[in-house]
Amino acid sequence: MSRRGLIEVQRLSKHFGWRSVLRELDFFVHRGECALLLGANGSGKSTLLRLLCGLSRATSGVIRIGGWSLPAEASAVRAQIGLLAHRPLLYENLTARENLDFFAALYAIPPAERARRRDDLLAQVGLAARANSLVRGFSRGMQQRLSLARALLHQPDLLLLDEPYTGLDSAGCAMLDGLLTAASRSGCTIIMSTHQLERKPAYADRALILAGGSLVYAGPAANDLAALYRQASASA
Amino acid sequence: MNRHFLTAVRAIVSKDLRAEWRSRELVGAMALFSLLSVLVFSFALELDKNAREEAISGVLWVSLIFASLLGFNRSLALEQDQGSLDALLLAPVSRSAIFVGKLLGNCLFTLLVALALLPLMTALYGVQLLDGWALLTTIVGVFGFSVIGTLLATLAVQTRSREALLPIALLPICLPFLLTAVRATKGIVSGAPPSEWRVWLQLLAAITIIYLVFCLLLYRFVLEE
Amino acid sequence: MTQHEAENPLAVRPQPRLLRALTIVSALGFAGTLVLGLFVAGTDIQQGQVQRIFYIHMPSFFGAFTAFGATVLGGIIYLWRGSEAWDRIALAGVEVGLAFALINLLTGSIWARPIWNTWWTWDPRLTSAAVMCLTYAAYLMLRAGIENPQRRRSLMSVYGIFAFISVLLTLFIIRIVPDTIHPVIVGASPQNAQGAFEATSGVVVALLPSLLLWLTLMPITLMWHRYRLALRQEAVDALKLKLLGA
Repeated sequence: MSRRGLIEVQRLSKHFGWRSVLRELDFFVHRGECALLLGANGSGKSTLLRLLCGLSRATSGVIRIGGWSLPAEASAVRAQIGLLAHRPLLYENLTARENLDFFAALYAIPPAERARRRDDLLAQVGLAARANSLVRGFSRGMQQRLSLARALLHQPDLLLLDEPYTGLDSAGCAMLDGLLTAASRSGCTIIMSTHQLERKPAYADRALILAGGSLVYAGPAANDLAALYRQASASA
Repeated sequence: MNRHFLTAVRAIVSKDLRAEWRSRELVGAMALFSLLSVLVFSFALELDKNAREEAISGVLWVSLIFASLLGFNRSLALEQDQGSLDALLLAPVSRSAIFVGKLLGNCLFTLLVALALLPLMTALYGVQLLDGWALLTTIVGVFGFSVIGTLLATLAVQTRSREALLPIALLPICLPFLLTAVRATKGIVSGAPPSEWRVWLQLLAAITIIYLVFCLLLYRFVLEE
Repeated sequence: MTQHEAENPLAVRPQPRLLRALTIVSALGFAGTLVLGLFVAGTDIQQGQVQRIFYIHMPSFFGAFTAFGATVLGGIIYLWRGSEAWDRIALAGVEVGLAFALINLLTGSIWARPIWNTWWTWDPRLTSAAVMCLTYAAYLMLRAGIENPQRRRSLMSVYGIFAFISVLLTLFIIRIVPDTIHPVIVGASPQNAQGAFEATSGVVVALLPSLLLWLTLMPITLMWHRYRLALRQEAVDALKLKLLGA
């Protein structure tokens, strides 16, 4: 990926048939920034994240990631994107370790590095003790932890997180905060959808607020997220 | 790129084999189903000695295709349910690597069932299916309908009632395989000279290549939006 | 779909003059070929009047191929360019082709009753024609089962291409099997064909116009009408959603 380093979205719309889910979005995120994606259920947050990682195709508009336009040039940026989706995207009949090894192979991580990175990440997300257990037996929170490890495995430049705090206990939330702070500090760009308005993560720079498929706020993330959210939603 | 293609294919195949080794749900269900279907056919058709030679290759291939429907559906549904198909799509691997990986797994599972069925039917019906040429026909035929089966299963898991729709989608499209494979196997079993059935085996191989080329070209449209 | 139509979805453009002309020419042509087949062509000595059904039976089979060919073309161009128009053409091709294929089966069946003494027989050729109908019936069923319109269009484009490949291969394989009782009018009939007749100059005079009509004007006109129907359907869907406040 070129080092121009930002996400640019212009007049982005997405329809499912005649139902419009996203309407004419315009925003940008600088390299190394963390943007919070806020909005009620069904406001189009997950759809936007799927568009940004190239899994879904926009009806109209432009998405550029690091200068590459999506989805036409998706293959150029795939290796740089890590996604933590709503579903775990894991294989139930494989162990935690096997899951990570599988994705390490797909992301062409050099074999010499695979084991080290995998074990580091398993330790960081607190699953080292369960590395050899089948994912089938994992709780929602444990699956979420392993998904996070999967998303970070190839050290992506861009992390897309769909409600990452779902299912995590307080220790898990702290762990996630720590990992994201570290990622952010090392220059990783983060876009994260969340419902947690009470507490603005320290690493968050920018907020994008969606209401009914339209972007009603795109700008700096205020410390009082809840007030910002109320204000933006009301003005819509 | 090419080396990565092979790495990705190998990773997908070994992932499928490992998961299958643990659960045994695919091959187990397929084997049991094909066995049942062979037995049901023998009751339903009341196969006597003469009818057997005529019908046996049809019974073999129809049972195999039905069993494979079960397997293909399950294999792709496993990817779809956990959303891991998305994970495969997100990874920087070519779409044809995903296709080849899933295809090889599906083909291997169906082949296992076929290899169990051949000696069993030889024993049960007293026809000679354990023959080099019969084996070759089986391998080519199974590979052939695994090719189109993998593509159509990927298509069918994205529909509303996927279990019902895969057979409807697959059976007409795999008819060319059925027609040629049945005739080739029939010729081999009946002990006819190779000049009589070789053309069917060649046709089967040609059809397989045609479908393979089109599947490699079109698979990404089945996966991506 | 233009901006104008999106705002006022039920304002479908009036029928283009060319379409109206095509419709009239096709209708007149159909009447004309019926006259040729029913009155101008001579009565077959062995089969009598029932042989005349052939002037629709065979052209409808070839017409189905024009329509199914349009489905393949529409599918390929849709996958390549992504324009919804070509997907509508593909769908129109399937429906028109399926109708033609059913006409082909039905007329064949009516002919077979006096000549072969049965409505239906499991002859490879008949079976393959029936399979062709079922293949495209499967297309319609699959299509109805995919909810996301964008996915539906690309998946069905792929299926349309494979359906055609499989139909062609099946017909080809059937052709090299000699054990059919179906007569072959173009080329030599197989030895055990029953109900063959000669393509005399009288037969050709009635057949050729009919064949040309069913190959070109009929499927194109019908598909065009079906295409416009699809536009209207989409407009109605849009209106429904608007009224439901989605």
